[in-house]
Amino acid sequence: MSTNAGTRAIPKEGLLAKFGKFREIGLLVFILVIMIFTQWKNPNFFTFENLDDLLANASILGILALGMMLVIIIRGIDLSIGANLALSGMIAALTVSNFPDTPPLLAILIGTLVGLACGSIVGVVVAVLGVLPIIASLGMMYVFRGLTYIVSGRRWVSAYQMPDTFKDMATGRFLGIRHYIIIAAVIYLLFYYFTNHTRTGRRIYAVGSNPESAAISGIHAKRLTWLTYAIMGGLSGFCGVLWVAKFASAQGDTASGYEMNVIAACVLGGVSIVGGSGKVGGVLLGTLLLGTLNNALPMINMSVFWQNAIQGAIILVAILVNTLVKRNVDRSNLARRPI
Amino acid sequence: MEHSAGMSLERPFSWKGFFLQWEWILFLVFILIHIVNAQLSPYYLDFPNLVDTTMTFLDKAFIVLPMAYIIIMGEIDISVGSTVALSAVAMGLLHRAGMPMPAAMLCCLAVAAACGFVNGFILIKFPELAPMIVTLSTMIIYRGIALILLEDQAVGKFPLWFEYLGWEYFGPIPFMLFAFLVCAVIFGLVLHKTTFGRQVYGIGSNRMACVFSGVPVDRVRLIVYTLTGLMAGVTALFLTSRMGSTRPNVAQGYELDVIAMVVLGGISTSGGKGRLIGAVLAVFTVGYLRFGLGLRNVSAQVLMIIIGLLLIIAVAIPNVRGMIGSYLTKRKNSA
Repeated sequence: MSTNAGTRAIPKEGLLAKFGKFREIGLLVFILVIMIFTQWKNPNFFTFENLDDLLANASILGILALGMMLVIIIRGIDLSIGANLALSGMIAALTVSNFPDTPPLLAILIGTLVGLACGSIVGVVVAVLGVLPIIASLGMMYVFRGLTYIVSGRRWVSAYQMPDTFKDMATGRFLGIRHYIIIAAVIYLLFYYFTNHTRTGRRIYAVGSNPESAAISGIHAKRLTWLTYAIMGGLSGFCGVLWVAKFASAQGDTASGYEMNVIAACVLGGVSIVGGSGKVGGVLLGTLLLGTLNNALPMINMSVFWQNAIQGAIILVAILVNTLVKRNVDRSNLARRPI
Repeated sequence: MEHSAGMSLERPFSWKGFFLQWEWILFLVFILIHIVNAQLSPYYLDFPNLVDTTMTFLDKAFIVLPMAYIIIMGEIDISVGSTVALSAVAMGLLHRAGMPMPAAMLCCLAVAAACGFVNGFILIKFPELAPMIVTLSTMIIYRGIALILLEDQAVGKFPLWFEYLGWEYFGPIPFMLFAFLVCAVIFGLVLHKTTFGRQVYGIGSNRMACVFSGVPVDRVRLIVYTLTGLMAGVTALFLTSRMGSTRPNVAQGYELDVIAMVVLGGISTSGGKGRLIGAVLAVFTVGYLRFGLGLRNVSAQVLMIIIGLLLIIAVAIPNVRGMIGSYLTKRKNSA
């Protein structure tokens, strides 16, 4: 991956903070504009049912994007999460279809553990064997995807094979709110605490922004790198179970290519692909933007065939505008520096 | 870090180093696969059979060549699968609208080259952006445009001569194999024997140094990305010809297969390292491996696992070797 990290100017603390805030407000305003426009075209948008749907559908993407944020912060990338999700989801689905008495929580635990194991392997390949993240995760993506087909015997697990208690996870509500929204909210709070208020969380940023100085200050970069991939894997496994329960079907090609959506959500949320920066709040907004588009485009009768192109165009424009803004900020920083 | 490709001229020649090169290991694996395959079926080592097999895996190999350039530059392009889909759909629609087939084929190549050009143009105007991110968004956009153009239909009914293109023979060898070998030789010569090729390596080794020493970095990158688009168009031609029709969801996941092939060929994703012959060997090795496993009735899924593990092993071997080496020297020093 080529990045000219060397040319990145390092703005002063105050300005960086200002810029960060500006960026997130810009994203928020953009989301609100889309929402208001949709409401104007279709008054059903701002209803409890629709917003509930929107959030529930975006929850899996949002949870995965958090894990991906950690991986990207530490200068990595994980392309294997779609396959990891499929494998964990498939194993959980096979378990509940063979043992219908399995409590849903046990199914979630099994899926998460499978995902955690898969993620740990990716982490070992990256951190210990020193394989570049894109290649390591690409290789493991093939392995996990192949395993998914093998454990399932190339068959699907369909809705009728799953017990109702399992499927109820997706449709059930707690205090009137879908389970998935609550789960996602809890994970977001945990991640906010983890990235901002724990030593391990701050060290991940340290390794990502300057691996050499992090190593000199006694941070175990390899261990942390492994940890981020393990967390990513655990979240993928967890989401695999949620995914299978939501769509009530587990297939070999589940979530194929979904890793790109997750990376897009991170990039939209301002996670820098060169590492070292990215915030939970930004990732939340990035996820909400994609989730809102997915929900709003059908509501304004946009043909389903246009949605891909529109989403791609918005991602591209957001990245380019962000770069232009950043250039301006950097330039004004340089101008203010006393000579 | 990695500038061995540029330094190899000054290094003293050693037979051990020569045979320990990744390309030789790949070549040995390639021979080994043929020996094993020949044990499995007595009809295997038959010339027509061997060359016919290449038609099953060569369609995406055309993109492997320019992708090797991109990866040597230390960059990546994941929009190629979508470029194949968009150019194939454009060709199908233009032909259906009454355009003569040769013109539609030219348009297919032009559309594909334009896709590559757009990638390159954005990247040179925004040099601080990672190629992965830019091509990720154009990947979604190109596939999206293909979907807008054709929705969920398929377009086919191409003239017969076009449908034969992917099955035709040029003398004793398939036309596709012939075309691929010609392209591979051209790409190899340009990469290893011209200034342009040295500039590609230079950008991959140290882009800053290239900028300061007057290498036209932007022009080289723009050309390479446009070439990548163009070769995706060639893939679109052969793929469409062999399938007889095309849909917006063809060539899904090609980008990752192509990148895997390049990396298996010993070209490092950190840039500046590797040779084109490695990528070409990797194409044939994986292709014949797939064929041999097919003879044994091993499923495509097992093959996916094997390719994935091979990919990691290929990249990890030098690192592990280095780790063992540094461990041994450390022990020697402490003793």
